[in-house]
Amino acid sequence: MNLSSFLIMRHEVILLAVILLLVIGEIFIAQRKKNSMVHLAIFLFGIHTLIGFLAIDFGSIFGGMFHTNALIQFFKNIINIGVFILLLQSGDWLQERIVQENKGSEFFILLFSSLLGMYFMVSSGDFLMFYLGLELSTLPIAALAAYETSKRKSSESGIKFILSAALASGVALFGISMLYATSGSIYFADIIGGGVTEPNHLTILGFVLFFAGLAFKISLVPFHFWTADVYEGAPISITSYLSVISKGAAVFILMILLFTVAKSLMGIWEHIVYVLAILTMFVGNLFALRQQNMKRFLAFSSIAQAGFILLGLTTGNQLGVATVVYFILIYMFSNLAAFGVVQAISLKTGKENMKDYEGLYRTNPNLSLVMMLALFSLAGIPPVAGFFGKFFLFTAAASKGYYLLVFLAVVNVTISLYYYLLVVRAMFLRENDLAIPYFKSNLYMKIGLLMTAVGILVIGLFSPIYDYIYELSNLY
Amino acid sequence: MIEGVTIYDILTLTTILFFIGVYGFLTRKNLISILISVEMILNASVVNFVIINKYLYPDVLQGVLFSIFIIAVAAAETALAVAIIINLYRQISSVEVKDTEVMKY
Repeated sequence: MNLSSFLIMRHEVILLAVILLLVIGEIFIAQRKKNSMVHLAIFLFGIHTLIGFLAIDFGSIFGGMFHTNALIQFFKNIINIGVFILLLQSGDWLQERIVQENKGSEFFILLFSSLLGMYFMVSSGDFLMFYLGLELSTLPIAALAAYETSKRKSSESGIKFILSAALASGVALFGISMLYATSGSIYFADIIGGGVTEPNHLTILGFVLFFAGLAFKISLVPFHFWTADVYEGAPISITSYLSVISKGAAVFILMILLFTVAKSLMGIWEHIVYVLAILTMFVGNLFALRQQNMKRFLAFSSIAQAGFILLGLTTGNQLGVATVVYFILIYMFSNLAAFGVVQAISLKTGKENMKDYEGLYRTNPNLSLVMMLALFSLAGIPPVAGFFGKFFLFTAAASKGYYLLVFLAVVNVTISLYYYLLVVRAMFLRENDLAIPYFKSNLYMKIGLLMTAVGILVIGLFSPIYDYIYELSNLY
Repeated sequence: MIEGVTIYDILTLTTILFFIGVYGFLTRKNLISILISVEMILNASVVNFVIINKYLYPDVLQGVLFSIFIIAVAAAETALAVAIIINLYRQISSVEVKDTEVMKY
């Protein structure tokens, strides 16, 4: 193993270096200057994000346990940008609350460890690496969800998350053990090359258990019960991370596994995905209608969005891969914008309910405009990017002839439009004497929100991005 | 290979263990018992991996290696869960599920 093959894992190596630098920084930065840890972490992660865009070799190392290609690199860059925006948005919260309790550097170390786990999960070449990546990405998040140790809700969301995540990975492992029994190898390449033409019952059972474990991470409908509670109790930046980065990475690896490893089982998982898509969209949307807390509201909206993503998974071809990755990119910017506004308001005023947003446009026009863009993009209203993301997903599903599924999805878009517009109406049309007073966010938050707003507007209108993703999406 | 014990016997055992774990997870009223149930699920898959490796594919040690990693990760998972439970206990002086719930539909 020489240097050039080691550089295939450049993302991982640099992120690990960032984590170690932060550990050293924690030792040497004086107690009263701990705020500079936040600046240092954001600066280092920014550099890491930029380096990620440089050209790189592809290939596989560790005997095939770790492999990369252009699509995986691109996806890692996407989630890098997402985490960078998230760090910018939570800079204020970190400086005011977390650093004061002297827990600043642990926050970054845990968050980056989780991101490292996602890198390994996304580029895993066998089930062992996949499992380790999954656990490394999940466990630090559980610790972060329970991070505000003085708040009761935070602890509750932490314990709910860790128990359901442990159950999910246990079920997935039981499924993996059955797949191992039938194929005789835990390497994806051997399973693909094994030439299973007639899947037996044990393979199907193992696959279904494995799928159920991953569905927990994406919070598809029969497995979504943890989502709303964890999202409500956890600190907002962690909620944002869970709903955007964590879900995106899980969807991506599920897609790769379905389209390559489980290709021979396509006749079975097509039906599973079809039914789950319908259930997820309906349950997510209908429960979102009655939510008052903004975090719970966005939790159910993100469940519904996961249902839309499943539409792209039904195809099993290059078009499906491209549309799913494109939709994840757009969804990331939209949801980050929505959570960013919720975070800015919650930090300054402590208000998180939809009623408190009434009359927001009179007092804080910029924040309301960003929120409106985000909600329009989530709902899929034409000029913004979310419309194109949904449109391509529906096209992909329709290209396989699933017209009924597309019809039900369009019905769901209509339902979702109603509750997204409820928030917009509260902000723009309602009068309120007790509206949230005008406040100034700090520079990091402004840059973070600006980046999301630009992303929402540009990605939809600038078509070379989609063409580029389509070119990369050649999995076979 | 164990004399007189077929792979079917052991797979039946692990399947029963798995479902006892799932049943316990859904019905127990105490956070620590729920954690124990999760451990049973994980241990069922550990035994599965070792036994499949030993009986079906004895040439390569993939399954045994996998089980070692599962045990290590399960230990980390338990430590973290217990830490969070202790933190919760300091606030509400209870580890019963019914006392922890403030967020509901």
